[in-house]
Parts: sequence; C-alpha cells; structure tokens
Amino acid sequence: MLIFKTPNFDFLRWRWFAIGLSWLIIIAGAVVIKTNGLPLGVEFSGGTIVIVQFDQQPPDPSVIRNALEHAMPGEGQNAIIQRYGQESARQYMIRVPDVGEQAGAGLSQKADHVMAALKAGNVGSFKPAGTQIVGPAVGEDLRSKGKWAMIFSLLGILLYIAFRFQFSFAVGAVIATVHDLLVTFAFLAFFRYDLSLNVIAAILTVTGYSTNDTIVIFDRVRENIRGMRRDNLYDIVNKSVNQTLGRTVITAGTALLSAVALFLFGGEVLHGFAFTMIVGIVTGTYSSVFIAAAIAVIWQSRFRKPGKLALSAPTASAPPPKTRKPGRRRAS
Amino acid sequence: MNKNIRWKILTSLGVFIIFFAVGVYPILAQRYHLPLPGWLAAKQLKLGLDLKGGVHLVLRVQTDDALKITTTTTSEQLREAVKSANIPVTSIAVTTPTSFHVEGIPQDKDAEFTRLADDQTAVNFERNSGAGGTYEFTMRPNIAATMREQAVTQARETIERRVNELGVAEPNISLYGQTADQILVQLPGVTDVARAKEIIRNTAILALKIVEAGPAGSQEQLLQQFNGKVPEDMEVVQGAAATGDSSFYLMRKVAAVTGRDLRAARTTIDENNRPAVGFSLTNEGARKFGKVTGENIGRLLAIVLDNRVVSAARIETKINDEGRITGTFTPQQVADLALVLRTGALPAGLTYLEEQVIGPSLGADSIRAGVTASLVGLLLVVGFMLIYYRLSGVNAVVALIFNLVILLGLMAYIGATMTLPGIAGFVLTMGIGVDSNVLIFERIKEELAAQRGVRASINAGFSRVFLTLLDTHVASLISAAFLFQFGTGPIRGFAMTLVIGLISNLFTSTFVSKTLFEAVLSHRQTAELSI
Repeated sequence: MLIFKTPNFDFLRWRWFAIGLSWLIIIAGAVVIKTNGLPLGVEFSGGTIVIVQFDQQPPDPSVIRNALEHAMPGEGQNAIIQRYGQESARQYMIRVPDVGEQAGAGLSQKADHVMAALKAGNVGSFKPAGTQIVGPAVGEDLRSKGKWAMIFSLLGILLYIAFRFQFSFAVGAVIATVHDLLVTFAFLAFFRYDLSLNVIAAILTVTGYSTNDTIVIFDRVRENIRGMRRDNLYDIVNKSVNQTLGRTVITAGTALLSAVALFLFGGEVLHGFAFTMIVGIVTGTYSSVFIAAAIAVIWQSRFRKPGKLALSAPTASAPPPKTRKPGRRRAS
Repeated sequence: MNKNIRWKILTSLGVFIIFFAVGVYPILAQRYHLPLPGWLAAKQLKLGLDLKGGVHLVLRVQTDDALKITTTTTSEQLREAVKSANIPVTSIAVTTPTSFHVEGIPQDKDAEFTRLADDQTAVNFERNSGAGGTYEFTMRPNIAATMREQAVTQARETIERRVNELGVAEPNISLYGQTADQILVQLPGVTDVARAKEIIRNTAILALKIVEAGPAGSQEQLLQQFNGKVPEDMEVVQGAAATGDSSFYLMRKVAAVTGRDLRAARTTIDENNRPAVGFSLTNEGARKFGKVTGENIGRLLAIVLDNRVVSAARIETKINDEGRITGTFTPQQVADLALVLRTGALPAGLTYLEEQVIGPSLGADSIRAGVTASLVGLLLVVGFMLIYYRLSGVNAVVALIFNLVILLGLMAYIGATMTLPGIAGFVLTMGIGVDSNVLIFERIKEELAAQRGVRASINAGFSRVFLTLLDTHVASLISAAFLFQFGTGPIRGFAMTLVIGLISNLFTSTFVSKTLFEAVLSHRQTAELSI
C-alpha cells in the first residue's frame, strides 16, 4: 500500500506562505497570552488543590462555589471548580490560588478551610480523595528549571546537528523546533490548558520528536547532495522532502494514534499532556516539511560560502563539495 | 549464513525471555496468582506515589537556625572568657545568623582581647576591627557552607529515623532541588498526613536550663529587677501554650544540658498518673547535669522544648542521669515526643514548601486509565501497521512487542519507578517507536520500486537507514536527558521510560526486525515481499 505514489510536490514554493502562517499563529498566541495570560498549573503558580469524592450524585459546581463564598468571602469567586475524572467517579477538583501560609506548618490550612467550608455548606456527604498544596517558592524554582531544561536541550540538539550535518541545517532544525514550541504554547493559550509539569514534559518530548522528523529529511538531503551534484539545493531539498513524505505522514499518524489514545483514555492527569503531544506532533510534522528545510535553504542562499552548495545558482560556477568516494549509488 | 541466522534468532529469543521474566511475568503472576520465585519478586517494577497513593512532602531546612546556634554559642563563650580575664566590654550581640558584634573594648586591653578572641573563635570566625574598640566576627564562608550542608544531611537522617519509627513501608527521603536545602519525603500508603507532618517537622530542640527569674505574668514584671532590659547573655522564654502556661521565664541563652546529651527517651507517667516522657542521659550529660543540679538546689529548672517552657520544677536534690518531662500531655503527644527525642533533634527548623496527598482511589483511577490508554494505543498502532504493511507489519508488531517487553524488563531490573507520566511515555514509545520500522520499510519500498531484488532491497533498507536512526535517537536522547535533569518524581519516571524505550527501540528495529526478515528469506526465495 502506498499513500503517495511518487509524490512530486514543490514544497519550497510554499515556504513564504508557510512562514507567514506560522507567524500568524504565533502572534495570535502571543496576543492571547498577553491579554489573558497563560494559565499555570498549581506546580508553577502555587496554590491549593482539593479533590473531593461525593458519596452520591454530586451537586452543581455553583452550589460548591456558594458554599466556599459563604465561608471564605471573596475566595469562592476565584476558585476553579471542575469535574475530575469521569462522571461516574463523582469527583470534583477545587483549586484556590493561595496557600495557608507562605511556608511552614500552616501550608495546608487553606485546604482545611476548603474542606470545612464544604462541610458547613451542606453540599452532600463527601470524602477527600487528594490534596496538592504548593508554596510559592517551589513554582519559582520550577519555572527557572523548566526554562533552562528547554534552552539546554535546544542547544544540545543544535550542537549535535551542526556536528553531524552543516551549520545551516542545524539552524533550520532549531528554528523549526523553536517554532514548534511557540505554536504549542499558542495552542495551549487558545484552548486554556494549564501549563503543568506534565505539559512541560510533553513540550520537551515534542522538541525531540520534531527534531527526529527534521533529521530524517536532512539525512536524505545529505544523501542526495552526494548523488545529485548537478542539481541545486532547492531541487535537492524538494526531492528529499517528497521521498520521505510517506514515512513522515505514517510516523505522524502512528504517533498521533497513541497520543489520541492517551487523550481519550489516559485520565484527567494526562489530559494536558496528551493535548500538548497532539499539537506538538502536528506542528512538528508541518514544520519539518515546510519550515526546517526552507530555513536551511534560505540560510544557505543568504550566507553561502564558496565550497558549499548554493540555492538556484548554476552548479557549474560553484566548486564541487568536498569529494566523497565517487561511484556511490544514487538514492533513487 | 544459515548458522549466522540461527545465532541471531537465539540471541533475540534469549533477550526476549530474560526481559519477559523480569518485567512482565511478575505482573502476570500477581494478577493471575501464578507461582513467583523470590528472586524474581525482588526485582519487580515499582509503582510511583501517583499510582500507589500516599503523601509527598517537600521541606526546606532553615539552615540559618543551625548557623545561629553556633554563632550564639561562640559569642557566649567569648563573653565568659572576657569576663574571666577581667576585660570590660559594653556589648556582645549576635547581629545575623553568621556574625556577632563586640563593642567597647578599651584601647589598652586591645591586644589582650584580640589574643583571647582569636583563641576562642579563629577556627570558625573572621575578625574585623572597627573604630573605638568595636569588632565584627563573621563566620568563614567555607565553614558556613559546610555547616549548612551538615545541617541538611543531619535533618535528612533525623527525618529518616523518625519515619522508620513510624513504620512506613518503602519511604523515600532524599535531598531535593537545586538550592541544596530541600528534602523530599514520600510516604506510600500513609493516610494520617497531619500526624506524619507533625512528627517529621517537630524540631524537638530540648534544653534544660536554670531559671534566673520568673515565672512572671508579664515581661515587664519579669524584668523589673533588671531595669526592664534583658541582660545580654540571657533570654526570655514563654511557657508552652499546649501546657496552659503563659508566664514568662528569664534564663541563660546557653543550656546546661541539651538534647544531644540524651541517651534514651520513653513514655512513662508522673506522680499524678499523667502521661510523661522519661529520659536518661549519656555519661557526659549526666556529669554536667549532676554539677548544675548540685549547685542550684532550691532553684527552678526549666525544661525547654523548641524554645517554649514545657515544665519548670524546683530542684530538690542533685540529679544525675535520669529525668522526666511532665506537663499536660495526651498519651499520643507523649508517644510522639518520646519518638522525636529518641530519634534526635533536628539541627534546624523545617518549613513545608509543597504537600501532596494522593488518595488510594485516585491512584487506582490513574492505573486504570493508564492501562486502558496503553491497550487502546497498542491496538491502534498494531492495527495500522498490519493493514498498511501487511505481512511486514507482523514483523513490525513483533519488534514492537519486543520493545515493550525489554522496556518493562529493564525498568524492573534497574529498579526504576513506574509513574503515570511513565505510562504515557510507554504509550508514546509505541507510537513513535514504530517510526524506526516505518523508516526502514519505506526505504525498502523505494529500493523495490527501483527494481532491486527482495534480499538486496531489505539489506539496503536496513543499512541505509541505520545512520538516520542513530541521529534521530541521539537527538531524542538529548532532550530526554534534559527532561530527566529538570524533572522530579513522576517526570523522571517519564524521562526514564523514554530513554530506555529509545535504546531498546534501536535494538529491536535494527536487530530483531532484520533477523525476522532474514529468517523468513532463508526458508524460501521470494520474488515478492508483502510490504
């Protein structure tokens, strides 16, 4: 079975359009983040989460909110009250933005207050299923750790690709990966998913995944450069993207299948994680095809040095690349 | 050639059986009550707190406390020495946890004072002279750093002893975070969070001190005979709220006997049949205690716990090595107090930064969801590969199952912990892992399309893609490694799963899958490949 029978799309022709579309999404994301903020998970923002399980059919969220507002004026409005898990679990998650005391023995006071408020509010019998209380110091620590983990993993990938391929390829791969991060953040903002530890883990996984896609295409470009010395980079890149297109689409498909399985069945905790993976897989695939190679080509055409391949310049004028053993088999 | 293939098949099967035995069989055995040898049970896949339920706490050690004790003690020793050398001094005061300030040393005594001070303090403190007989003593930075480190280590050990006395199975108590002053405490299966927290955090700094003045109803009353000012070497301590004593006591800063001099602590009752804690002292402690009580018969002896007076009793006779802490305690309080005294005082106060309680039902929900997602993901991926690649899809599925078995086996073998994000990593390993097979198969298709023979196409497919696979796996490993660095608990479980999945994937997609192709081809010569 073949998805594409000898595809021959001119992907690079769309490069400016693709770059424009990406900018559009990223800027829209930035605007949403600027105006509405990016909702932070409790690990990052600090705060108190109480998960309660009702013995019978749980009340409406507004009943819980009223009970909170009654006992802790002003806080019921700011609380986030959501169903937790499946309907049949009869669980609610209640999140209030602050903790009892900054730190110390009183850290869990807020959680106790929430429980007391519910008891007093006559919302039906329930028992606590779990609590999570994070002081403000932890969030700061994690934010900086998360930021550095992302920066270092990008740098690591840049160095590795620069070492294994050409520098222009590394630039293309890293810009594509940064692009994926920004687009993922934009979608998190559009769909109001909390930026939690799990989501950060998914984002870091996406950096790895998206680089994979890019490497596969670049590998083919490198191989084709050897065999197609007479063509220019533009054609070589286009051909390489087309040759690997079947693989790109299938891999994205299987990865999506597993991410969707997680999204649908993985439970409440993994919801944001799976969503991030789905967005990341789609944008990662898109950016490998439309962004990474295009950037490499654009970069080379701007900053090309003698001895390297040039975009749409007659190959006769460019000196041949460092010779490898002649007589290698051509790719196709 | 044939021998070569047989060897490869045996290797693959051997690897499969070993990892199946370590990683998968114990799970099946538990579920279906099959016999499980002890050496296999010992290497089981551990479940993380998020799946098992329990308490997760992050504490910060207030290392300043520990430094302040040293600074205070040093400054008081210097005061004693200066006093006995008859050097007049206006004030010796602790200014920060790591420094103290001396004022009013006369010019003619300067040489004598500096000699004396260096004798007493030079090991740990730097001395800076100011104008008019003032001196600033600052703790040497390397000493302070070592002391902070010691305080954290000692706190961790103390918490460990306390948790062990509580009888929690498989607790995890470890240093945590970047700032090097945080401790992670994980207590699987614990439900009484409040008590666990109280016992862990109770500093239990015990001091036995002679009362210089008081008890008095208010601080002004207490300090009447001192012109309303607390003498520099003394401090005011209040009665503990828990015992209903709100009066004020004046006592020396440095204690005669401290918690370090304790040899044992146990629950007992006092003369009124109320619960009390009995303690006995070490030889050194008993000597000091005997001297102090002998010299102060008729005066009040205060038992100070965490800077609050829990009881103050008149010394009737010289006491040597036994004592009792009495007050209005419940039996539970007494048991916990004896426990924390027995396990040693914490060197510094602790504060909670983070607290998470995962009820057993939440953990069970997570396991159920994780298993469901894994099965659905597996079915989807397997179904797709079989439909799209037909018989070669079987090859990919075998490689995939190998991959998962090795993943589980390796995780069990190295004692990694399976967390909910770890399960997600497991599911993703299936979806992204088949990429290696896809890459190879697509390449084989290309080679076949170029009219190469089946065998040549397969060989070319594997050999040409190998470098690509290496590159993609290294790039993924780079991001997984930083994820591991960044992560804590559950996220580390995820990173671990990814790393192991990547490594085993490289093996199964290049070695196992190729062996399968070769095994089939060695049986029959085909002109067609079902791919």
